[in-house]
Amino acid sequence: MSRRDPPATLDVSRRDDGWYLTAAGDWTAERLEAVVGPLRSLGRRLCDRPVVWDFSAVHRIDSAGLLLWLHHRRRLESLGCRQRVVGQSAELRRLLELLRDYPVEAPPPPPKGRFFDPLTALGRFVVGGWRDFIAFLAFLGEDFVTLLRTLRHPSELRVDAIAHHIQEAGIRALPIITLTSFLIGVVIAYQGAVQLQKFGANLFVVDMIGISVTRELAPLITAIVVAGRTGSAYTAELGVMKITEEIDAMRVMGFEIHRFLVLPRILALMIALPLMIFFADLIGILGGMVVAHLHLNLSFSEFIHRTQNVVAVKHYWIGLLKGPFFAWLIATVGCFRGLQVSRDTESIGRYTTISVVNAIFLVIACDALFSVVLTELGL
Amino acid sequence: MTEPLIRVEGVVTRFGDNRVHDGVSLHVRQGEIYALMGGSGSGKSTLLRELVLLHRPDAGRIEVLGKDLARIDWREAAWLRRQWGVLFQSGALYSSMTVAQNVAMTLREYSALPPAVMDEVVRLKLRMVGLPARAAELYPAELSGGMVKRAALARALAMDPRLLFLDEPTSGLDPVSAEAFDQLIVKLRDRLGLTVVMVTHDLDSLFTIVDRFAVLGDGKVVAEGPLDEVIHNPHPVIRDFFWGARGRLRTHHGQ
Repeated sequence: MSRRDPPATLDVSRRDDGWYLTAAGDWTAERLEAVVGPLRSLGRRLCDRPVVWDFSAVHRIDSAGLLLWLHHRRRLESLGCRQRVVGQSAELRRLLELLRDYPVEAPPPPPKGRFFDPLTALGRFVVGGWRDFIAFLAFLGEDFVTLLRTLRHPSELRVDAIAHHIQEAGIRALPIITLTSFLIGVVIAYQGAVQLQKFGANLFVVDMIGISVTRELAPLITAIVVAGRTGSAYTAELGVMKITEEIDAMRVMGFEIHRFLVLPRILALMIALPLMIFFADLIGILGGMVVAHLHLNLSFSEFIHRTQNVVAVKHYWIGLLKGPFFAWLIATVGCFRGLQVSRDTESIGRYTTISVVNAIFLVIACDALFSVVLTELGL
Repeated sequence: MTEPLIRVEGVVTRFGDNRVHDGVSLHVRQGEIYALMGGSGSGKSTLLRELVLLHRPDAGRIEVLGKDLARIDWREAAWLRRQWGVLFQSGALYSSMTVAQNVAMTLREYSALPPAVMDEVVRLKLRMVGLPARAAELYPAELSGGMVKRAALARALAMDPRLLFLDEPTSGLDPVSAEAFDQLIVKLRDRLGLTVVMVTHDLDSLFTIVDRFAVLGDGKVVAEGPLDEVIHNPHPVIRDFFWGARGRLRTHHGQ
């Protein structure tokens, strides 16, 4: 009974009075490899004389080995072979008895061809999308009602939780925001410098950096980093809480999910994101300034002076204004998807992915909307 | 007398300053249903985790099927892991797979069985634990508590293990299901020649199916043996256990 026992074998020999199928070794689940092939090759040619299964040399047999053998015995039977069994050990007999106790039922027929029907697939997709949309509206409604109530009773606001989430989503994200926005400033300055040098218009690199970073790039890049970092975290946190039934526990204790979990996250991100955008503005311009200094011989004081003269403050305000909108989208989608997680672990991964993809798409779409509306307004 | 299948000697386990085991020694014989008992926090579940290589004791020696768990290499560990089945308290079914896939998991990885036969093995195991055929295609989230336990037991039995570890098999089951589960374990032991080690609080299981058991208390085994011997042990842990209000009722009726 050690792991050095020989694996299962099957010897097929033809004698005058019959086919002798001699099994030997360890007929247990993990050691059957060598007999699967020989068993499968048994066929009609064996039916010309009696088939004798000899199990006397089998060391051990378990239910997997037994069922494998029975499977092929039934197959030979259906081909019309005459069979008998010799040398059954006590173990084998006990297993056969066990099998008699638990007759295996035929499996229920699998549902037919549903999966490849494109119409069914389309129908499922549309209905699923519609249900998603309705659920999202319900979520928004609940959130809005909670917000209104909180406005009436400001003492219900979970200030501690908000502060905690500002720290998690905002302050802890500063290193990565610093890095990305600095690099964005560097890239813009480099690309701009090459083109502007052709016209001898070096100085205009300041306008380019000042406007593009504050108005468009800093808000967008920051929001995308936050969507990947915080949006996914919100979904995963709420999803795990749902799986471990913490959400249900909170509900039965009368702690409304929206007041305790959702609203603090949304408000925290709406406060943190504009601040992060402001920070990204500064770092992005700094990045551009460094490149302009090294590459275009523009001194820091000249750069700052020019920035103050040409970059209208409205660009900066527009950039900041986008912050709360982006934050609302990211946090709302993150929380909504988190609460959609069902009870299996795989759905956490699925909904976290969906959440980030949705959030990034919505942020870019929202930015496009801002662009069109503000330009039409002449701002 | 047969050689013990599991031998635990002088096991010490610490979690920080908390000494959970302070010299635990016991042994389990071939073919018996052995229970680990004791109050909450007495280290029963930790001992079970140590037996199945999930936790390493700080000192002492544990031998399972003749292998010293502290000294085995990965090959022996892999072999050992195929000799036992473990039923976790909450079932621990893989939630992204159906019941049938859960049961077939080890067969698919460790055996060369053709799919049709594998399917038969799975259905046999589900029948053995008393699950209806339609349960095979359900996901764990769609099962009731009792069905989860049964499905998890079917998974533990997939490879016809020699050793079965059960962590509170009857907890969370109604009395009828718990009774049926107990009978199932006895039947499987008789038919498959299993050796069963279980952690349990259930006095009913103790009185009806357990051959021998150990009571853990104060980091040690305060008593070990068959019921008749242990029950009259004057140790306070055992007195509380069997002669408290709930225990007394059962103890009188049991005898």
